[in-house]
Amino acid sequence: MNALTLWFHKTGSPPTFYRLAGLLLPWCYGIALLLGAIGLYGGLVLAPSDYQQGDAYRIIFIHVPSAWMGLFAYFFMAANAFIALVWRIKLSEVLAMASAPAGAAFTFITLVTGSLWGKPMWGTWWTWDARLTSELVLLFLYLGVMGLYAAIEDRRQAARAAGFLALVGVVNLPIVHFSVNWWNTLHQGSTVRLLGPSHIDAAMLWPLLLMAIATHLWFFGTVLARTRTGLLELDGGKDWVRAIALGPEMSAVAAPAATERTHG
Amino acid sequence: MTPTRKRRLIVISLVLAAVAVAAGLTVLALQQNMTYLYSPTEVEAGHAPEHARFRLGGVVLEHSIQRASDSLKVDFVVTDRFKQMPVEYTGILPDLFREGQSIVATGAIHDGRFVATEVLAKHDETYMPKEVADAIAKAKEAHVDHGE
Repeated sequence: MNALTLWFHKTGSPPTFYRLAGLLLPWCYGIALLLGAIGLYGGLVLAPSDYQQGDAYRIIFIHVPSAWMGLFAYFFMAANAFIALVWRIKLSEVLAMASAPAGAAFTFITLVTGSLWGKPMWGTWWTWDARLTSELVLLFLYLGVMGLYAAIEDRRQAARAAGFLALVGVVNLPIVHFSVNWWNTLHQGSTVRLLGPSHIDAAMLWPLLLMAIATHLWFFGTVLARTRTGLLELDGGKDWVRAIALGPEMSAVAAPAATERTHG
Repeated sequence: MTPTRKRRLIVISLVLAAVAVAAGLTVLALQQNMTYLYSPTEVEAGHAPEHARFRLGGVVLEHSIQRASDSLKVDFVVTDRFKQMPVEYTGILPDLFREGQSIVATGAIHDGRFVATEVLAKHDETYMPKEVADAIAKAKEAHVDHGE
């Protein structure tokens, strides 16, 4: 086993990951809150008004980062589901299932903020164009994954079944992203592009990018927190969980008794 | 990689590929009837349904808006800069409705006129401060003046 595989296996083991996640967690939340506060101040106060929409455009500082996160969280969930299905790595199952509620929340925020903006700007709360419909399908996929995970009693079987659904649903991601190019939609095309020039003024772009970084960090923070809980639940009878539950000085005493009662 | 893992990898990759192909074919099939709107050129060419409701998309032609003084009735012309289509609508228009703005109107054709029951403004993907927009407009004007 080479050094990289060894490192991978070590990090992937529940006790190590639990500790590592505990160390990273405050940083994720802390930096996310800081950047989020700066980004919101920049977006809502410092950035100039739009030439057409006035101040109503400021909803993009919530809407667009949420939309990106809805897609990113799904990709993260599907990638972990893939690893979980092929290599049966427990950590990946927990990570995949931990990202579903966060992704669903981001997608929901995207739909609500878009709707609030759509009423004054477009003249309607909702229309069945390709972008809006595929985004709604994305929300339903998240809800389906969460529902399926909750419906099966055995946690590991549940994670694999829900992971399979998550993996199949990944075809929706390019549809959401490219829907504005493939079809005539009411929703406008992409404003910020990785390739080629963005159609947004620099004074409006920096708060948007800050918000994007903040939402990513917040997402990882919440996934790490949920994963820690998930690992504790899954490994409930194991020694390392017992050691955490009883505290360091008690675990030495409890260890012999624990090994007798452990069955998993 | 153990044989079991290899088998799982292959099976799951095949499932993914199959789903991707299915989705691709669906998207291709929907290309025709998932059209959200028709442009005046497409309407002229007869692509739009003749006696049914459909969405007409285009730009509001400059100086074509005529508001009735005693009702909410508005007449205007929608153009895609090639063909034009006269539209009439009675109701409240969205904030972004103005000359030169992209709009989507839902309705049907009666006697060569498009009678809309709903008019939505389509926003483009450009965001900039008013000062920048003014500066660009001024620069364009200067360029046109210079050209002539």
